[in-house]
This record gives sequence, structure tokens and C-alpha cells, in this order.
Amino acid sequence: MSYPAEYRYTKEHEWIAVNGGTGTVGITDYAQNSLGDIVFVELPKLGDVLEAHKIFGSVESVKAVSDLFSPVSGTVTAVNEELVGTPDKINTDANTTWILKLDLADPKQIDGLLTAADYEAFIAEETGH
Amino acid sequence: MAEVAATLRKTALNATHRTCKARMVDFGGWDMPVEYSGLIAEHMAVRTGVGVFDVSHMGDIQLRGPGSLAAIQQLCMNDASKLAIGQAHYSAMLYPNGTFVDDVVVHKLSDNDYLIVINAGTREKDVQWVRSQIGHMPGVHVNDFSDYYTQLAIQGPRAAETLQKLTPTDLSTIKNYWFTWGQVCGLHNVMIARTGYTGEDGFEIYVPSDEPTSGRVWNEVLEAGAEFGIIPCGLGARNTLRLEAAMALYGHEISDTINVFEAGLGRYAKLEKPSFVGLDSLLEIKGAGGPSRKLIGLEMIERGIARDGYPVASLDGTIIGEVTSGSPAPFLKKNIAMAYVPVDLAVVDAELAVEIRGQLVKARIVPLPFYKKPKKAV
Repeated sequence: MSYPAEYRYTKEHEWIAVNGGTGTVGITDYAQNSLGDIVFVELPKLGDVLEAHKIFGSVESVKAVSDLFSPVSGTVTAVNEELVGTPDKINTDANTTWILKLDLADPKQIDGLLTAADYEAFIAEETGH
Repeated sequence: MAEVAATLRKTALNATHRTCKARMVDFGGWDMPVEYSGLIAEHMAVRTGVGVFDVSHMGDIQLRGPGSLAAIQQLCMNDASKLAIGQAHYSAMLYPNGTFVDDVVVHKLSDNDYLIVINAGTREKDVQWVRSQIGHMPGVHVNDFSDYYTQLAIQGPRAAETLQKLTPTDLSTIKNYWFTWGQVCGLHNVMIARTGYTGEDGFEIYVPSDEPTSGRVWNEVLEAGAEFGIIPCGLGARNTLRLEAAMALYGHEISDTINVFEAGLGRYAKLEKPSFVGLDSLLEIKGAGGPSRKLIGLEMIERGIARDGYPVASLDGTIIGEVTSGSPAPFLKKNIAMAYVPVDLAVVDAELAVEIRGQLVKARIVPLPFYKKPKKAV
């Protein structure tokens, strides 16, 4: 499993890529692997105002449902409509299959998130390896 | 290192599952594979080809001796006197109030010898129950053989062709819910039963539970089925397969708070038998006009997946019941569920709603089972 070094991560297993004032959010390779075959993604609407660490949607595999948490606060500017018909794209490539883009309310919040190394260490602890 | 793992029970195939890249989970105290290559692929393999499951965590109780039939008859609701040697049937052990201790498959091994296959999660409870109910009866000896067998389920339309490569026994002579003993992978007197929990044709074989033998048979089954696309299947696919076939799961559709009629399993309760544990209550319920709630099948109309425990509501939002099992159905490609609702609302084609995380999502009542295996062309 791989975790791009340029992304930041949450303990709820989301990643965020930042480009200027825009953040792009997805779930990690670890998350998709734990969930198994993903069959449903509940997306927010354009213009929704998200709060850091609050639920904005959910992702469901055949056997489980998992809430999605926003890594940072911001306003939704795009959602990946492709996931309505082909949610399993997240299984194929979690690192490039984004769920939403948002205008960051406070870019400094990014500094509070995990780096790739932090996240890998966190997972290692969680899984006991 | 073994300290954490030691608290979970393992089947003889535990190391083999890890070699097969299984994702392991704690399933009722057992360290079991939930999936290998992926739940959907595993489910589809069983519906269209063949898959193999390790179901060694299931329990096996043997009743032996001249009193064994009398004991079975008292213990289980179905009529075991109708069984021929080599025949099995679905049955259940009930509490005196007509609810479930467990659902079981009873196999008649000989006139004085029966094997009851029980669920993994209820093993200890079941064994204690059996001893408490019939231990005093004359001429019957209760043996817990649960750890003696590695039980493999080879399931799917190509299951017979797969297993036939490993045994000289003519499998076409074994009818559904019958069994025999034969040579399998060079092992003598292996019990070969045409049973399963997938809604598909298939076999369950009972081999000695030592690790080398278990691993060898598992690998030979995979090799034999390779030409038919066999893959190892985990408990995830086992659950979705049984749900499509609307087979009950203990703790979900049946439990110690649900009675036989509610669960729609009345046809397996032989009320004309002189006596069995639970009979009086079943007669009473029947005399009072039957159960007040009923198990139904639901198919989601609107976008959403019903899950175990979600409330079921009428369209105006009144809560009327609860989902017992719900999931996407990989073969049917629908979101399905089973649920208990009041009998007068259990009308096929009626629309209800499932409350999914605070939202009412529409569903339609459909007949059970959701899936029936196609009849073989003659």
C-alpha cells in the first residue's frame, strides 16, 4: 500500500492534496483495502460548508458502512460524480480517485494533519505490526 | 507474539488462509477469513462456477446408542424418524417457549448414530443444552466431535465436477441433503454431504482436522477446481450468498427471542410428533391464530443500503420493525434485506421505508427467497 508524500492524512483515513487555496479529498489505500469492494459513496452537494473532522458523507462496501470526515473546514466546489456509477474506482486507485474538492477556510489547518510518515506509523500501531 | 492470537480460536487451515492472502477477522471468537480476492468476486464464483470455504468452526455433536433416535426426536423439531441412513435434514433445537437454541442439520449415520451440525457461535451453549435435555435419557451417548473435523464447503454449479476429480465415489448418486462415505484425496471414509449454505449446488466434506491433512485437501480442491475458476471464499461471501437465498442466520433471523412461526420455518416443525422441546408453545401460538410478526424480504427502491439493525418504518415514518440482515446482493445487483414487521403489514409489493442514518429510504416487500438456483436443463 502506498501513501503519497505530498498528501496529508487524518486518523479517519482520508487524504487531502492541497493546491493553493483548494483541497482535494479522498480515502486512503488502507481504508479501501479494509472496506473491501466499495459499492456506494454518499457525496455532499456543491456549496456545502464542511467543518474540520465532521462527517460529510459515507462510503459503503458490501459488508460495511464507514463515515467520511472532512480533514479541514471549507466549501465544496466539486464532487466526483463518477463515483455514483463506479464507486469501485476507489478500490482500483484510492490515491488518485478523489471524492470532493473544497475551498479551504483556513489553510493553516493543513499543518495540523498527519504527514505520510505519521500516517503509516499510525496504521502500524492500529494493526499491531 | 502468539499472546494476542492465542485468545482467538483457529481452524487447522489458519496458516493456509494467511498464505492465500486472506483478510482475517474475529468471528465469534474465531480467527476466520472474511475475504481473500474480494467479496464480490468470491460471491460470483459460487453463483457461476465454484468456490471453497473453510467452515471448520461449525460444531458437530454425535448422538450414539439405541436411544439416539428418541433423543433426537425430543431435542429437535423436525421428524428424524423419517430420515433414511445417509439422509440429512434441516431442523432446530427450541427452548420450551418455541424460540431458537440453534438451527441445525441432522444427519442419520446409522440406526443408532446421528450427527447434528451446529453453528460456531453457539457451540458451547448447544453442547450444554443437548446434555441438559437428553443426558438423562437411556441408551444415548453425547459426543462433541467439533474439533475432530476440518469441514470444507465446495459450492457452486461446478462443485460436483471439481470434487469428482478427487473421489472415486459417483457424486451424481448423492441427492441434495443426502451424504455418503467415500475416499477423498486418498483419505478413506470421508463423509461427503450434498449440503451447503449458499443457495447453490455443492458439497460439504469432513476430513481429519490435523494441519497437514487439512492443508493438503484444501490445496487439492483448489487445484481440481482451477479449470472451473475456483477461488477460496470467506465468511463475507458466505453471508451474502445465504442472504440472497434467504437462509436464516442465528442471531439475525432466528434467536432466543424469535419463534419458529415468525421466522417462517413452521414447515420444519412437525407438530404431529408426540413430544419435543417447544412443542406445547408452538401449538399454543398456532391455536391463538399464529404469530403477530413475520419475516419479510425487502428490496430497496431508492438509493441506499439497509444494514442489520436498521429500523423499518411505514411510509409515514412510524417504526414497525427492524432489519435482521441487509446488504448489497452481488449476484442480483440489488440492495436487499430481511426484516420483521407486523403480519398485517407483511404484504408482497407493499412499500415501506428503511431508516438509514436518519433518512427514510423507500423499499418494496418482495417474496423470499430473493434468489433461487436455476433448474438444470434436462
